Amino acid sequence: MNDSWRGVAAEDQDQVSESVSLLLRTRSRRLLADLLRPHRRRIALLTAVIVLSSAAGLALPYLVKAGIDDGIPPMLAGGGPGTLLTIIALVVAATLVQALTRMVFLQMSGRIGQDILLELRRRVFDHFQRLSLSFHEKYTSGRVISRLTSDVEAIGELLDSGFDGLVTAVLTLCGTAIMLLVLDVRLGLAALLPLPVLLLFTRWFRRESSVAYRRSRQAVALVIVHFVESMTGIRAVQAFRREPRNQEIFERLNADYRDANMRSTRLVAVFMPGIKLIGNVTVAAVLLYGGWLALNGTVTVGVLAAFLLYLRQFYEPMQEISQFYNALQSAGAALEKLSGVLEERPDVAEPRRPVPLDGSRGEVPGGAPGRGSDGARGGLRFEAVEFGYDGGRAVLPRLDLEIPAGQTVAVVGTTGAGKTTLAKLMARFYDPVAGRVLLDGVDLRDLDEAELRRHVVMVTQENFLFTGTIADNIRFGRPDAPTAAVVEAAEAIGAHTFVSALPEGYGTQVGKRGGRMSAGQRQLVAFARAFLADPAVLILDEATSSLDVPSERLVQRALRTILADRTAVIIAHRLSTVEIADRVLVMEGGRIVEDGPPERLIARSGRFARLHQAWLDSLARD
Amino acid sequence: MRERPGSGPDTRRPLWHSLWRLRSYLRPYTRIMIVSWVAAFLGIAAGTVIPLVGKEIIDGPVAQGDRAALLPLGLLALGLGVAEAVLTFVRRWSQAGPVLGLETTIRDDLYRHLQRLPMSFHDEWQSGQLLSRATTDLSTIRRFLGFGVLFLIMNILQLTAVVIVLLRTYWPLGLLVTASAVPVVALSLRFEKRYIRVSRQVQDQQGDLATLVEEAALGIRTIKAFGRRRHLYGVFDEAASGLRRTALGKVRLSSRFFTFLEVIPNLTLAMVLLLGAVAVGAGALTLGTLVAFTTLVLQLVWPVASLGYILAMGQEAMTAADRVTEVLDTVPDITGAQNETGTEISAGTGTSAGTGVSTGAETSTGKENGAGKENGTGGENETGTEIEDGRRATGRRPGGRGHLRFEGVEFRFPGADRSVLRDVRLDVRPGETVAIVGATGSGKTTLTSLVPRLRDVTGGRVTIDGRDVRDLSLPSLRSMVATAFEEPTLFSMSVRENVTLGRADATDREIREALEIAQATFVFDLPWALDTRIGEQGMSLSGGQRQRLALARAILGRPRVLVLDDTLSALDVETEALVEEALRRVLADATGLIVAHRASTVLLADRVALLSHGSIAGVGRHADLLSSVPEYRALLAQDADLDPERALR
Ligand SMILES: Nc1ncnc2c1ncn2[C@@H]1O[C@H](COP(=O)(O)OP(=O)(O)OP(=O)(O)O)[C@@H](O)[C@H]1O
Ligand SMILES: Nc1ncnc2c1ncn2[C@@H]1O[C@H](COP(=O)(O)OP(=O)(O)OP(=O)(O)O)[C@@H](O)[C@H]1O
Ligand SMILES: [Mg+2]
Ligand SMILES: [Mg+2]
Repeated sequence: MNDSWRGVAAEDQDQVSESVSLLLRTRSRRLLADLLRPHRRRIALLTAVIVLSSAAGLALPYLVKAGIDDGIPPMLAGGGPGTLLTIIALVVAATLVQALTRMVFLQMSGRIGQDILLELRRRVFDHFQRLSLSFHEKYTSGRVISRLTSDVEAIGELLDSGFDGLVTAVLTLCGTAIMLLVLDVRLGLAALLPLPVLLLFTRWFRRESSVAYRRSRQAVALVIVHFVESMTGIRAVQAFRREPRNQEIFERLNADYRDANMRSTRLVAVFMPGIKLIGNVTVAAVLLYGGWLALNGTVTVGVLAAFLLYLRQFYEPMQEISQFYNALQSAGAALEKLSGVLEERPDVAEPRRPVPLDGSRGEVPGGAPGRGSDGARGGLRFEAVEFGYDGGRAVLPRLDLEIPAGQTVAVVGTTGAGKTTLAKLMARFYDPVAGRVLLDGVDLRDLDEAELRRHVVMVTQENFLFTGTIADNIRFGRPDAPTAAVVEAAEAIGAHTFVSALPEGYGTQVGKRGGRMSAGQRQLVAFARAFLADPAVLILDEATSSLDVPSERLVQRALRTILADRTAVIIAHRLSTVEIADRVLVMEGGRIVEDGPPERLIARSGRFARLHQAWLDSLARD
Repeated sequence: MRERPGSGPDTRRPLWHSLWRLRSYLRPYTRIMIVSWVAAFLGIAAGTVIPLVGKEIIDGPVAQGDRAALLPLGLLALGLGVAEAVLTFVRRWSQAGPVLGLETTIRDDLYRHLQRLPMSFHDEWQSGQLLSRATTDLSTIRRFLGFGVLFLIMNILQLTAVVIVLLRTYWPLGLLVTASAVPVVALSLRFEKRYIRVSRQVQDQQGDLATLVEEAALGIRTIKAFGRRRHLYGVFDEAASGLRRTALGKVRLSSRFFTFLEVIPNLTLAMVLLLGAVAVGAGALTLGTLVAFTTLVLQLVWPVASLGYILAMGQEAMTAADRVTEVLDTVPDITGAQNETGTEISAGTGTSAGTGVSTGAETSTGKENGAGKENGTGGENETGTEIEDGRRATGRRPGGRGHLRFEGVEFRFPGADRSVLRDVRLDVRPGETVAIVGATGSGKTTLTSLVPRLRDVTGGRVTIDGRDVRDLSLPSLRSMVATAFEEPTLFSMSVRENVTLGRADATDREIREALEIAQATFVFDLPWALDTRIGEQGMSLSGGQRQRLALARAILGRPRVLVLDDTLSALDVETEALVEEALRRVLADATGLIVAHRASTVLLADRVALLSHGSIAGVGRHADLLSSVPEYRALLAQDADLDPERALR
């Protein structure tokens, strides 16, 4: 089975085969239908309103004809203006009805459009947040942004002009066609003769433009990706004089985008006048034919006049339909990408039937107040776990590990040994390729996500702060925490001193991605955040690497008390951390090569003893 | 509420001011624009004449039974119809170039400008806001300048033409039609003010939403680590719902306006019919003329009604242009000196002490860039030559070898009420390496960022070989100084591209050498070795691997001044020792500034400077400081008995 179209796989393909393109289109259409479904009723109502509006609009030329043909002759013949006045009253009435219905229509369709956009944004955003890290690693933030901005906006454009243009146009078209036939069958048929040509022409346009719009959506995504990434890393860009090269790349991507747009614009430049041509030729033909018929006295002057008016009305909306068609094609390409994203399934999926952590089993006699009561004790077990990123080289070849609840484990090892990977598996950022990871005897894959996250919190090596205040950021793990708890958490890990020295204290804005804090300050905030979340299992991945020694000491002292009643996994290169650990794991090439209490390992003169000695030496060199 | 710098339209300037300034971007396309406009006008003319031919046929051949005249007139209608279609094609086809060119050039310029704006700007502006300006706003402007303006003028011309024809056909009725313009104009003016406010709000909210999305994508690990998906969703939902509300306000506003614009011509039509009938009755008007008259009035309906859309589009374009020029007008207050290498990157703003956002008068940036494009010498060319100048300067090493001095340096972040650095004096002699030691948040990173002028001092000066860094051109300064930042700051490119960021022409041997010094030879074990893409921010590497790549990148430039900002923090002791060993060789040739928290790293340096309370509290050899300065000992000594809190005070 060819899966090249599933999910986001087809995103970067320039040209897709006929069958894949059909599948993609079906998928997009399904999404669109899905989005429209909740609004069925309102759309039906909308159609009724627009029928009324179009009917009123259609009546106008007819009324004008009636005025000229039936209203004026009696007056010329010396009769009263009665008929004419009636007709004019009807014109006014029709105008008012049209105005009113039109206003209702515009507001209703605007509302439906906005509702759909909101729903689409919500869905896509939520879905992105559900997708696992392995997806995000490949997809990059720029593309996420481009999906949620430019693609959603393309659909917004369709909805903005779409309902209006399409519904009005189609109705006017049908109505006019009927009127034409009613007025005079022969002339009417003559006027409708070019319809098949029109349809063929439209089909050609559809085929060509769907390729063009596809390319243009791809191109704009690349522009966005490059833009976002260079703005995010602007510090390095400037410091390393990357500007000219970046400019070059950007201009190339931008030019690609322009070319893609050029192609679709030019297609429209052929399509629109083409429709106009068909319309105008028909008008001329009707003029000739109608003139001839009028000369023979088979049609009245009024009918001919009305015919010309209606013909205009017939081909004017054609322009609108093609306009709509244009927007549809562009939105279609966007829908294709969005439906692709929505189709992606998270590798790290939520369980269908979550297994609860057994509270009674988890109860620790005399356990800490505030925890233990809600279920987790914090025992971790790796059973024959194998793992490699993205199916590639095995980073953890085969791992068995048991961490009893309440233990403090230090993980050390050379860089790239797989320490972070081990931690990420505990926090279920990824699922093992083989084997299982258990928390209190329950496979992480069977745990409800919210529950897992409440009990297992990881402070990652790269700490990310969100725009907002320091307090907001500390509160991130527990949004309902009172200010006192926030301050307490900060005090516990020694962040309070620096925070309270700031002019605005905990209300200080951290700036974008925490840019207004120093690296160490960011780390302290991230630490406080994890501490406040109060999990049963706390994983610290190099959480103190950027701190100065006194701050690190403070943190370590705090850790002694904080970790007393919970399981902790501490990854650190500075072995001072090891002092508070009950047990040390030494990792090498994805394997645990040494395991035991620190004193024992030091005494054993193995790998850890050497590391420890090297570390001591590095301290003593003064 | 989220922060949004510089929002809100400037009310002092006319609304169309920003948009009008962008017109220069169309200058290269003058000729082709003339073609398309001529085609547009001829097209309208043809379109207007066709109904008149219809009138001719009804009044002439049909009324008089003149069969012979029917065919020529019919063929005329056909000819005109074909001509209209062809002219429309010419207009649309020729329009594509200028319009897309405009958008592309502005985007290029915007990007170029953003790359020149200093860190202080980027600290404040989220990329989401910038992005929405570079994409959404620019396409809004494109749509309006490309099609909106043309349609606006076409509409007005068509309206005028039709009105003139109406006036000439039968002036009393023509006058009536003309009078109906009064309410249209009055309402349009009122509408405009309100619409402009609401459309700016929508655009700003779109930018905020983009920012949120960006944060949610970049912070995905943290969000997952804390299981805060729902919370983030709530924040996003609120913002998206806010956007929806504003957008609905916009819909309401425009629906009323649009409807009104449709009512007026229709009511006028009713009046025309009534009065026309009277006139026909009085014999002042033929029936055929009335038919033509009503046909023409019907022709007015669409242009008037579409005026609403076009005006709305125009207003959106104006606010979009406001938002774009807001960025383009921000004067980069860190620009290189011009006297050193002659030309500065593109249209520089002269003084290096620019002051924030310009005020209307300094509108040069956009225009000059536009002009630059026109005569074929884009900014990148100038930049290219500049870089070469810079490198030649490095090659020559005129006189100096990297003597770095901080002379009474003061630094205060914009908007802060305290200086982070006060009267910092430090002399790093050529070839010497000085370690900067200080508590968390003491200003070490800030100090190092002053050297490559990522930030500019607010007092005193930084000199290299006796020259104020502000007197050097940026490329030559930055090719002299290389920094390995505390955060690795990698890009989702290949390893090679990341490492050669500052020196695209480095040979494989040089790359390998740098990688070896940084102990980053693990890259050769990656699936595609140097050509492996490393994921956004290098996320497919381990923490220590990222850091070593960043280190290799800094070393590769063989800079005169090497700044290492706590770059060994994520390395294990053994690897660190290896890196230090290798670094010693590099540092022997270069002037080094090393930020360190660990004694082991400090030992790389010849001397140590203690940064405390914003100034240098002591300089000396590590051992000396350790024995004589208690604060220094508190910061670096590892003995557990020391009470860090007391020692720090
Ligand atoms: N997302 C990823 N995709 C692919 N490979 C990865 C990814 N993350 C890590 N790796 C690779 O897996 C190996 C182990 O990485 P890991 O981050 O676990 O190391 P670590 O022990 O934490 O090292 P450090 O001390 O440098 O942080 C490394 O070789 C790394 O390149
Ligand atoms: N963009 C900014 N705007 C305002 N204040 C800032 C900004 N960046 C940093 N600061 C503040 O300036 C001070 C110095 O920060 P800096 O990053 O230089 O510290 P540092 O010495 O490098 O600390 P660390 O060892 O933690 O990296 C800190 O108190 C920080 O809060
Ligand atoms: Mg790691
Ligand atoms: Mg720092």
